[in-house]
Amino acid sequence: MGRYLRRKLLIYILTFFVAVTIDWMIPRFMPGDPVSLMIARIGTRPEAAEVLRGYFIKAFGLDVPLWQQYLNFWKALFQGDLGVSIWLYPQPVIRIIQRAIPYDLFLLLPAIFLSWFAGNQVGALAARARWLDNTILPLGYLLTATPYMWLAIVLAWSLGNVAGIFPIAGAYSFAIRPHLSLQFILNLLHHWFLPFMSLFLVMFGGWAIGMRNMIIYELESDYSRYLEALGIPQSLIRKYAFRNAMLPQITGLALQLGGIVAGAVATEVVFAYPGIGYIILNAVQNQDYFLLQGCFLFIIIGVLLANFLIDLVYIIVDPRTRLGMTGE
Amino acid sequence: MSQEQPKKVRSEFIYFAWRNVKLRIGVSILLAFVLFSIIGPFLAKHDPLEYVGPMGAPPSREYWFGTTTFGQDVFSQFAHGTRSTLLVGLLGGSIGTLVGILVGLIAGYRGGLVDEFLNMITNIILIIPTLAVLIIIAAYLSVRGIFMQSVFIGLTAWPWAARAIRAQTFSLRVREFVDLARMTGRSSLRIVFTEIAPNMMSYLLLVFILQFGGAVLNAATLDFIGLGPTKGTSLGLIMNNAVLWAALQLGQWWWLLPPGAAIAAIVGALYITNVGLDEIFNPKLREM
Repeated sequence: MGRYLRRKLLIYILTFFVAVTIDWMIPRFMPGDPVSLMIARIGTRPEAAEVLRGYFIKAFGLDVPLWQQYLNFWKALFQGDLGVSIWLYPQPVIRIIQRAIPYDLFLLLPAIFLSWFAGNQVGALAARARWLDNTILPLGYLLTATPYMWLAIVLAWSLGNVAGIFPIAGAYSFAIRPHLSLQFILNLLHHWFLPFMSLFLVMFGGWAIGMRNMIIYELESDYSRYLEALGIPQSLIRKYAFRNAMLPQITGLALQLGGIVAGAVATEVVFAYPGIGYIILNAVQNQDYFLLQGCFLFIIIGVLLANFLIDLVYIIVDPRTRLGMTGE
Repeated sequence: MSQEQPKKVRSEFIYFAWRNVKLRIGVSILLAFVLFSIIGPFLAKHDPLEYVGPMGAPPSREYWFGTTTFGQDVFSQFAHGTRSTLLVGLLGGSIGTLVGILVGLIAGYRGGLVDEFLNMITNIILIIPTLAVLIIIAAYLSVRGIFMQSVFIGLTAWPWAARAIRAQTFSLRVREFVDLARMTGRSSLRIVFTEIAPNMMSYLLLVFILQFGGAVLNAATLDFIGLGPTKGTSLGLIMNNAVLWAALQLGQWWWLLPPGAAIAAIVGALYITNVGLDEIFNPKLREM
């Protein structure tokens, strides 16, 4: 177990290192000069532009040698200094991101867990059950092939615009000030439902198909055949198959995280839901590079943490990792 | 294995391919889109970005898919967008597959330190969310084109392919025919490309199809955030404009829905084709 965890941790630390390096490198080595680009975008008054240019050059630390810039970047990072936003000048980037993260967690955690759980259950039921399989499988493929933003648009248009049941923008009504009351919480949930559903449905399709295929694979394997030959009831064989099929689904969760992040970004853009995705949209529109780089780092940190948690779960679920029987 | 009777094997492949409903559906949809992407732009009577018609008009005989809030022809945008979306898929998918094959084959065949090193890189890039990197890169490009976008998408999408191909190579390189080839003194490079790669051909095709679909989705998401091509149109860009200019609030479904529907259809068709091909290549999965 120690070896397994150490190996994983090493990869995560290296990944973080690479990600921070990318974050540092791209603004400096891409063609074009981001500083003048930013100033050209914002600079309405020349004296403001001059102040900004001075600030940017100092903030990017462009007046010292490259290696020192790199070290300074790390130093600032550990002090939680990600620069100042242009879109919401003069708020620090880290504060803007901190405000957004609860919305992301509120949206993503239920969507990921519920879709994973429901998808596994339904997929397991569908395997080798002709009628259910013939309906679930096409539906699953349809859902998982749907781009997140399109499902979000379809839901927002049909249930929001045409039927008028759900609001289509924001995390809560503008008329309400955030406070702790039943009315506010209901309002929050009302706004949360459609973005949640669009994430949930797309992911659900993927998990259901994955589980269905894995169960069929397990039911074809030798131990299932052996159990069958012994006359063990089908329900018990399926139970064993389910437990074995679960492992790739857990690994799959780790592999899917990147796609889920992309989906969340797109969904938040459609619903103007104030998470990281919506911030990224605004950062792109306002050429707010500091904010963009901050979002990038937070996404990386989130994905790495999630990966690590999944590894811990895997150790609990799969005894082979505890006994050091698998290399990876 | 297949050297004795290549002809029979091929006809068997065609036989099962024709019998497979999934493959037929998937390939038909894909061919329809490819055809449309070739012919569509010629059918469009208006320039995709020109302000030609009434503002925000629903579909009519003159404007088949209606017009945008600014009076652009949605059908024309859709036709040109489909073309660029397929191009990004083809280019990005090819690059992703090629890099994946190269890294996977070398790591799997060489083993040892080379494998250790390549595998480490693969794992690291695998964890970093592709879209996040693409956003950062695209944001700093002041002029963005479809070609550049495809290259970057391909260069960030290969890790899972490399990993899968590496695993396949591992299992193939200890086979007897590879040992025999090695005994004849052939170079590693030739062994990899003449003995190992051909035995994975079917698998590589599946990888390419999935990479194609992934590139289409990645490009659409990138365009949707507003980091699409600065000139021209794409399906994701149409959606981006529609959402930004409140097509949702105004109920302009003709502007909102077609681009995403096309992406969903293309990617869905790719998945179905993939499953169909998988069933043909892998007799265990065939349902008789």
